[in-house]
Amino acid sequence: MRLQIPLTIILVMGIFTLVTSFIPAKPIADVNQMFRNWYIGIITFFIFLGTFNLARSNAEKIKKQGRDWQYSIILLAFLGIMLFFGFYRGRASTEEGQPFMYLYFNVQFPLESTMYSLLAFFVTSASFRAFRARNKEALCLLLAAVVIMLGRVPVGTAIWKGFPTVTEWIMNYPNAAAKRGIRLGIDLGLISMALRMILGIERSYMQ
Amino acid sequence: MREPELRQLAKPDRDTVEVMRLKLIIVAAIIAVICNVDIADASTTPQVADSISILPPRIISLKDTPNDAGTSIDIEWELSPTESLIPGMIIEYQVLRAPSPDSTFEQVGSVPAGTSTYTDEGTIPNKPYWYRVAAVGREQQVVSEMAGPGHSVMQWFDRRRIGVAIFVALTCTLVMVFIEVAKRKGKMFLRRLPVFDAIDEAIGRATEMGRKVLYIMGQMDVDDPQTVASMSILARVAERTADYGTRLDIPCVWPMAMSMARETVKESYLRVGKPDEFNANDIYYMTSDQFGYVAGVDGIMMRDRPAANFYLGSFFAESLIFAETGYTTGAIQIAGTAEVDQLPFFVVACDYTLIGEELYAAGASLSGDPIQIGSIRGQDVAKAIFFVYIVAGVVLKLFGINWLETLLKID
Repeated sequence: MRLQIPLTIILVMGIFTLVTSFIPAKPIADVNQMFRNWYIGIITFFIFLGTFNLARSNAEKIKKQGRDWQYSIILLAFLGIMLFFGFYRGRASTEEGQPFMYLYFNVQFPLESTMYSLLAFFVTSASFRAFRARNKEALCLLLAAVVIMLGRVPVGTAIWKGFPTVTEWIMNYPNAAAKRGIRLGIDLGLISMALRMILGIERSYMQ
Repeated sequence: MREPELRQLAKPDRDTVEVMRLKLIIVAAIIAVICNVDIADASTTPQVADSISILPPRIISLKDTPNDAGTSIDIEWELSPTESLIPGMIIEYQVLRAPSPDSTFEQVGSVPAGTSTYTDEGTIPNKPYWYRVAAVGREQQVVSEMAGPGHSVMQWFDRRRIGVAIFVALTCTLVMVFIEVAKRKGKMFLRRLPVFDAIDEAIGRATEMGRKVLYIMGQMDVDDPQTVASMSILARVAERTADYGTRLDIPCVWPMAMSMARETVKESYLRVGKPDEFNANDIYYMTSDQFGYVAGVDGIMMRDRPAANFYLGSFFAESLIFAETGYTTGAIQIAGTAEVDQLPFFVVACDYTLIGEELYAAGASLSGDPIQIGSIRGQDVAKAIFFVYIVAGVVLKLFGINWLETLLKID
């Protein structure tokens, strides 16, 4: 029973979700929407679980004075500050000019932008390794990359007016064909995996 | 199922007054041209435009929107003749609706001048509605004659998705057939991917070096198939780490994925007979913020220097940041995602990459279960059939035969 009940739920819900993709009728769509709303409700409860887990693990770290435990103090302090400013005026807390939004736009947002900007450096270092012409395939990759880069910047057009046209051709034909091939495989793989889940063949998470 | 209702409305007679009005407009336009007045831009000569009455539009049809839940009606009208005579005089068309001919008409939407269709998405199935369309100018508006009743009808099958239904049904049938074959036959050959051996190798290396294994499940929650696929690979990875006594560190983006990962790893430790070595604290929630998570994971990589990094699931901009940071720490890196745009980053920076469908097949393949392997064989046969289909479609297209191309077309 411990296995059969969840597997039955998965089977019924899996088939129902599949069928709703093809049935626009309102009663079915409404039931589907109801299940989606349940899912959102469940997720909301899990956010509390996540926050509790985060607070507990960092509190334990401070208590045991584990490695870098000082960072946990900063984390818990900011968790508390954001929770306080997020709740103290209810819905109005997220209005412009409120402390919660001030902290979001002036602390969290710049920090996120900083992390994202690292990508520029990592793209450079990864490209440097990827574009070494060690064999024929790598040479093809290098040539395609050079053409595309030149086709996307004004200096490329200044060198030869045909670069943007060649770039578009590479992106629209060889590149698009390869992407579509991978996507077709992904879709078939997805159907196969979904069937394994629905039929209860794949259940590594609940033996 | 009822066919979409098409109401061809009788063309109203142009009465004498309207004809006279039109003639007057033309005469006014000619006089304006003679007097060198630019009437094409009504905004610059409002006094001229406002002195001319707008002619009403005419509703041509009220149709039920096909393939929907019966909650919308398509309205089509003939543009007001004023639009072509005096461009710019009409600003927009407003669609007005009433539940009966005698009721007050209320506006349900508007479209810019030059548009002759509107979909009213707020209808109740099988309820009659009457419509008018108002041509709105800067100072005046004129309403069309009433049209109706129009009904919206609920459909039980979305005909636009017939191609998808065929595609899914064929693939499902093949997968199920091969599952049955595998059940009877017992064992099926499936080419082993080098990455499967690399998983053992990476965990073995981490064990020898006395370092931990880092497992990242991607940015999405358990409602994403890639996260579910990642979970089935995690089960196999956790079996190995449990076997070797290596620490497995799993920072999570979503609390629900964390709960599921804990259950998966716990079951794996139970399977290999080492339930006491399972540590729930090694699978923890970090943050649901994309770049906050990136900062946290990069910190773990730089401080703890895990010997093996697994990135399996749904990844976006963070893919290259993870992979490059891991590369600098010298870890063996195994990645896999179905996000096509992120695959090149993983291929460049990681030692092994599961490309697209391999991510979905890896869990089944690693399990060694003949039934699961049978399902992959079914998927491969479906792929071969679709390959033949695509090639045949291209060849037939070259000879001007299009039916194969349009058979699986959506919409």
